Amino acid sequence: MDTKPKSACDTCVHFNAEGLKKLGVNTTNFDFVVALAGNPNTGKSTVFNAITGLRQHTGNWPGKTVTRAEGAFEYNKKKFKMVDLPGTYSLLSTSEDEEVARNFLLFGKPSVTVIVVDASRLERNLNLVLQILEITDRAVLCLNLMDEADRNGIEIDTRSLARELGIPVVASSARFNKGIPELIQTISDLANGKVSCKPHRIKNIPKKIEKAVEKLSDEIKKEYPNLPNSRWIAFRLLEGDRHIMEVLRTGEFV
Amino acid sequence: MKSKSIEDIIALSNDLRWQIGDDFHDNLAEGIYADAAEIVSTTVKTKDADRKFRLDARIDKILTSKLWGFPLMFLILALVLWVTIVGANYPSAMLSSLLLDTVHPALKGFASNIGLPWWLDGFLIDGVYLAVAWVVAVMLPPMAIFFPLFTLLEDFGYLPRVAFNLDHLFKLSGAHGKQALTMSMGFGCNAAGVVATRIIDSPRERLIAIITNNFSLCNGRWPTQILIATIFIGAIVSPSMAGIASLSAVIGIAVLGIFFMFLVSWALSKTVLKGEVSTFNLELPPYRPPRFWKTIYTSLIDRTIIVLWRAIVFAAPAGAVIWLISNIYLGDESIASWMIHSLDGFGFLLGLNGVILVAYIVAIPANEIVIPTILMLTVLVSGIPGGEGAGVMFELDSVNATGQILRSGGWTLLTAVNLMLFSLLHNPCSTTIYTIYKETKSLKWTTVATVLPIVMGFVVTFLVAQIWRLYA
Repeated sequence: MDTKPKSACDTCVHFNAEGLKKLGVNTTNFDFVVALAGNPNTGKSTVFNAITGLRQHTGNWPGKTVTRAEGAFEYNKKKFKMVDLPGTYSLLSTSEDEEVARNFLLFGKPSVTVIVVDASRLERNLNLVLQILEITDRAVLCLNLMDEADRNGIEIDTRSLARELGIPVVASSARFNKGIPELIQTISDLANGKVSCKPHRIKNIPKKIEKAVEKLSDEIKKEYPNLPNSRWIAFRLLEGDRHIMEVLRTGEFV
Repeated sequence: MKSKSIEDIIALSNDLRWQIGDDFHDNLAEGIYADAAEIVSTTVKTKDADRKFRLDARIDKILTSKLWGFPLMFLILALVLWVTIVGANYPSAMLSSLLLDTVHPALKGFASNIGLPWWLDGFLIDGVYLAVAWVVAVMLPPMAIFFPLFTLLEDFGYLPRVAFNLDHLFKLSGAHGKQALTMSMGFGCNAAGVVATRIIDSPRERLIAIITNNFSLCNGRWPTQILIATIFIGAIVSPSMAGIASLSAVIGIAVLGIFFMFLVSWALSKTVLKGEVSTFNLELPPYRPPRFWKTIYTSLIDRTIIVLWRAIVFAAPAGAVIWLISNIYLGDESIASWMIHSLDGFGFLLGLNGVILVAYIVAIPANEIVIPTILMLTVLVSGIPGGEGAGVMFELDSVNATGQILRSGGWTLLTAVNLMLFSLLHNPCSTTIYTIYKETKSLKWTTVATVLPIVMGFVVTFLVAQIWRLYA
């Protein structure tokens, strides 16, 4: 991540927090679209509510959000539309409740994707994170439920994690509104291009497959040079995903 | 030009897929897990990791145990209902004295001062206003108690444990274990329960969950159950036991609903919706101490107000219809009394009466207004003094007065029992029917979900009435 030097006030979220306006459901004329993704029951809706000022119903069971909810906020004179996606464990399966999230991440072209994870179950959550990082190059990891991780004696080195994943990492406890100002600041920095990412790419794949992926991905890039996720599309094609083939033919996703 | 090269890419992918063999998916998944493990090993440190997990596990051992799981579930349900029933009495009485005894006469006075014609005054104030006022007075207090309690349980993490406990029964009936969650949602509102079925992947099991959601006694029907149980079931035991007796009756109906849900799920999965039961992983989330005041606030504002608003929107036109059918005469009989008399025979067969059936027809938009409609129509046909006039929906000050009206309308214990059964087993409200259509996009399954419960209602009440009359 390369960041330009900034003055102390620029980087202080509490200074900038005055520029925040929660706009609720008023999602007209936005400058950026922010997607909120993550495993079920990691507190996505709580984060969503904390940022937009909405009161989307939350509950302690997996699969609470089944449709995508939309809200908005304004930060430093820019309007952000925020989309709360249903929780998914993976983008590789084909079940119906995961489809909403999958399609939005691939074809909705969010300006920024916030990936909410449960800090006390990081390893399991990374499965989805690594998949999303194949799709987008502008994402922030929201390490949520830090209060629970603390209680469980789990310590996370957020700086190395950010380096490993190649995206900013913000620790939060959304239920207690902790970390939310920092998260908003990071979203804004990403959207405005003040911070750029170099997302982790899946490494531990057998050579033979890696070669095939590379070959296919190069061909796709020739056709669509600006596509950030040619590798992911190559994955899907190799898996025989008919939906992706259809979309490639119609060129809908560009 | 472009499309040709796209076809080339797809052709290439087909070739490559052939070359790399069919374990691509597994290889990719394993790669992802290996990456995740590497990252975690350098960034996460854990000390005395299992302390909290041990506490969670200990709570789970009790809440999901074979021995205690079910009794505790019923105990919690009973407790929630008891707090709702007892707690709602006082605010209900206050609201009805305000809206019905103070505001209503004031509105009437105002209308006659400005010289509103009698029919407009009756239509608006006695029809629309009173229906809305009744819904507010009767529904708001129990909802304002029931929803927050339910949300607290939800936030604590109890619902997935219920799903875990019931999983075995769902499997036996050929349905999906997650149906336990959608069923629980149905206890609040069936339309919400139907939408929640999206968490079930298999279309077959999802349809079962949608069709049987109506057997969860919803918020619009709890007040009916509670009122009728208090009047008729509470009265057959000694006063000291009355509360317990009526509470048990209401819980009995709710449990009967769960029983029918399993029965119908089983029947569907053995006939028209045959198929394998799918396995699934249910994550038991950690117990989280709910944020008490925040939960109370949000569930009051969101759920309660939204559901109440919906009820008002539907109750207002229903109130107007009631007033109209009682005041428009065909010959020398009002439409209402004509309908009641023509349905009386069928009603008798079911151990009900014409009034109840007409009330259910009028109340299709909102189950909440069944009881006030019944009272109003009873007064209309039996000519007992009590209300303000024909077609005027009213609420009596006390449960006793309501009971007297119903008894003089020819009600017996059988009528009460069958009304409670029929309130459980009848078509879903119009919002739910519409939601089912939106979710299934199938006229056929919407019809099944609508007609099936009401046919069951007819059969069950008919059988109960016949057996009752044989032995009583």
